[in-house]
Amino acid sequence: MFKSHRAVVFAGALAVAVVASAAAMGGERYGLGQTASPELIAGWDIDVRPDGQGLPTGQGTAAGGETIFVEQCASCHGEFGEAVGRYPVLIGGGDSLASPDPVKTVGSYWPYASTLWDYIHRAMPFGDAQSLSVDETYAITAYVLYLNDLVAEDFVLDRNSLPKVVMPNRDGFIAEDPRPDTPAAEPCVSDCKTEAKVMFKAKRLDVTPERESD
Amino acid sequence: MRGSAALASGLAAGAAGGRIVRADSAAGQPPNVPDWSRYLGSGVDAAPYGAPSPYESEVVRRNVPWLTATPESSVNFTPLQDLHGFVTPNGLCFERHHGGVAEVDPADHRLVIHGLVEKPLVFTVDDIRRFPPVSRFYFLECAANGGMEWHGAQLNSCQYTHGMVHCVQWTGVPLKTLLAEAGLKPKAKWLLAEGADAAGMTRSVPLDKALDDCLVAYSQNGERLRPEQGYPLRLLVPGWEGNMWIKWLRRIEVGDMPWHTREETSKYTDVMADGKARQFTWAMDAKSVITDPCPEKPMRRQGYHPITGLAWSGRGAIKRVDVSVDGGKNWHTARLDTPVLSKCLTRFYLDWNWSGEEVLLESRAMDETGYVQPSIVELRKVRGENSIYHNNSIQTWLVNASGEVENVQIS
Repeated sequence: MFKSHRAVVFAGALAVAVVASAAAMGGERYGLGQTASPELIAGWDIDVRPDGQGLPTGQGTAAGGETIFVEQCASCHGEFGEAVGRYPVLIGGGDSLASPDPVKTVGSYWPYASTLWDYIHRAMPFGDAQSLSVDETYAITAYVLYLNDLVAEDFVLDRNSLPKVVMPNRDGFIAEDPRPDTPAAEPCVSDCKTEAKVMFKAKRLDVTPERESD
Repeated sequence: MRGSAALASGLAAGAAGGRIVRADSAAGQPPNVPDWSRYLGSGVDAAPYGAPSPYESEVVRRNVPWLTATPESSVNFTPLQDLHGFVTPNGLCFERHHGGVAEVDPADHRLVIHGLVEKPLVFTVDDIRRFPPVSRFYFLECAANGGMEWHGAQLNSCQYTHGMVHCVQWTGVPLKTLLAEAGLKPKAKWLLAEGADAAGMTRSVPLDKALDDCLVAYSQNGERLRPEQGYPLRLLVPGWEGNMWIKWLRRIEVGDMPWHTREETSKYTDVMADGKARQFTWAMDAKSVITDPCPEKPMRRQGYHPITGLAWSGRGAIKRVDVSVDGGKNWHTARLDTPVLSKCLTRFYLDWNWSGEEVLLESRAMDETGYVQPSIVELRKVRGENSIYHNNSIQTWLVNASGEVENVQIS
């Protein structure tokens, strides 16, 4: 008994030596994890890209999506996507992005319709995620696009038609990060300015939550 | 009556008999011998995990209820004003959830790596913990930290203006080790990281970053991740905005282009004054804040007071921090406490004597790339007021003559 236990320890030491030499040879593999089968991946891989990769077979129209939207979505987003309380508004906001108060909605801001399908499917309804069927997701997506005047009521949304929907703000994004975008010179350390005038005071707004002990 | 009289006379008699006599406490001072110096305290295991002193009960995370529609998709803030050094205690690390805290049973959790790989793999949590571990200190900052201050000074609190940042020592496995295990195909350029929460949080991460310094972490500050920080597995994207640090990490797909998920299009994109939006602004630029004094830490007396605060940069190590007491007219180089680590909070101090006059306190961080923390005026000039994210501007605290401290913005 004791002897065989020692043998196991010795075998373990050998395995360590093998891993170390594999790493030294650039293999850097530790033999951990198992092969993920296509069936497993099919059950986990739910993402959708703008080019349509990941969109499943199925379809829906805005006409069909209206009832589902009213039942599943309207309590937060309002019957027409106008939103309840501080929940996200889904419609309107066109031409507002350069204004002092941008309204960022599916219609005014989102660059890709695929994002809408992906997000509804993975995260909505809030509190009951991944409960919508593929057809329901197409139908709700179509309804939200319809509310934004982007597709007709009877437009059939499916894996072929969805990537072709052109969103109004498709070209509104700058992919490259332009930072640093402020002066990078050696900073001034003395007599840097003549005046430091208070322009804003937080207390004037009085929106800071009070502490219980205050 | 009799009893106490007897006790008093007994004490006197005792004193006469050579036993201890307690002198009265000095005026205005606590008892010479408080109860805890006489009576036995709790034994071991009274608190098997342990908790802060009840006298520190004010040191907690707090939220701003009007900011969000629900607490499940919301944020709270680290009490920076009460912390010392550069490490954040696990229970005080700010929380940002999009679908509440996923309470994950590690036995039922897996991490799948698939897509443009030679061998798609599924790992148990134990598998991940068996890879060669590394431990690293990194700050984590929400891209929206300070986001309420773009239009003007709004929240009168260091916790609320700057508390969407924390810094812990993470332990995990380099992401490149896991990707090597699966084997990357030549066309691989991007990853999609996905969480197991009810928001199914997903972000695209460029492969260069993944192979540089990303980790898959399972511990923070020596213990397993807290549920609200992504237990049992979290992606770390050092120096980059916190939203990318996918909690409850369950899937990594390797691809050749970004996915344009909701969190990298509708949210976490920065609208400029002309209405165009910057999309992939990942790095958190150098930033600093004075944590004492601050609105929660008013000045209580004139004379010596060490000004202290924190500085950090997502692009490397902090090189220098300057402090001004006159609203940026003159600057004094602060002392950086060691260690000064890359992509990590750095503690600074400046010795100061307060004369009792009104002053405007500011700190200004510089990092090893030569970047200088800008003023809010400079940032607005370039980006307008509606970008929400990436406000790394200099914070101004006004200390008035009575010692109260207020969040202000100056010319």
